[in-house]
Amino acid sequence: MSVANRPVHRPLSPHLQIYKPQLTSMLSILHRATGIALAVGALYLAVWVMCAAASPQAYASFQGFNTSILGRFVLGGWLFSAFFHLCNGIRHLFWDAGYGFALKDAYRSGWIVVAVSLIATVLSWIVGLRLI
Amino acid sequence: MTDRRTPLARARGLGSAKDGLHHWWIQRLTAIALIPLVVWFAISLVMLSGADYPVVRAWIGSPLVMVLLILTVGVGLHHGQLGLQVVWEDYTEGALRVVLIVLTKFLAALFGLGAIVAVLRIGLGG
Repeated sequence: MSVANRPVHRPLSPHLQIYKPQLTSMLSILHRATGIALAVGALYLAVWVMCAAASPQAYASFQGFNTSILGRFVLGGWLFSAFFHLCNGIRHLFWDAGYGFALKDAYRSGWIVVAVSLIATVLSWIVGLRLI
Repeated sequence: MTDRRTPLARARGLGSAKDGLHHWWIQRLTAIALIPLVVWFAISLVMLSGADYPVVRAWIGSPLVMVLLILTVGVGLHHGQLGLQVVWEDYTEGALRVVLIVLTKFLAALFGLGAIVAVLRIGLGG
């Protein structure tokens, strides 16, 4: 085997089976998970506007899904994903600007993100369900 | 600037495509734009709970909402496809990776344009 094709045996990242979960790593993967959910949710939002433009029948069938149990779950999940990704995204922007890297700060901002996104989610669910 | 790569890495010809900074910067730029847009849209979505067809159409068709909605969908989908590209780059490789990235970008463009046309059609009539 030529030198160029020889595989490099670099150290592997921590194995998931023996990896102790921490707030920081859990929020990190949740940021990616909610991001993926929101990308799919953006397509859902596009379909919503397209149905509203198409016809009352198209919009009625779309609303039919929204008012089903699964639809409630999707919309409620969208709201949580949006609030969490928004709050944690702001946390990321502060990191990008060079602030809040100390371990204590990273944990503090992490808990703030958890609290704010949960409060905003529950509040939006209560208001939304009251208006129906 | 000195090339800090190892001779082996240089021999393999692997390295930066010099496009990463642009991707990184646009992801941050769209993220900042999305802060007010998502707050506005989430509140609007909740307030529209239970609203019927004419109310929703009237809301979408008002000039300010048209602008903000087109911005939200357009900037949101752009930010989303940049993020999904990184996800595919992390977990897939080879031809599959290319296919998935291309598909993601095409879908974002298709749904984005579809939504923009829909908003314009509601607001401008036709």
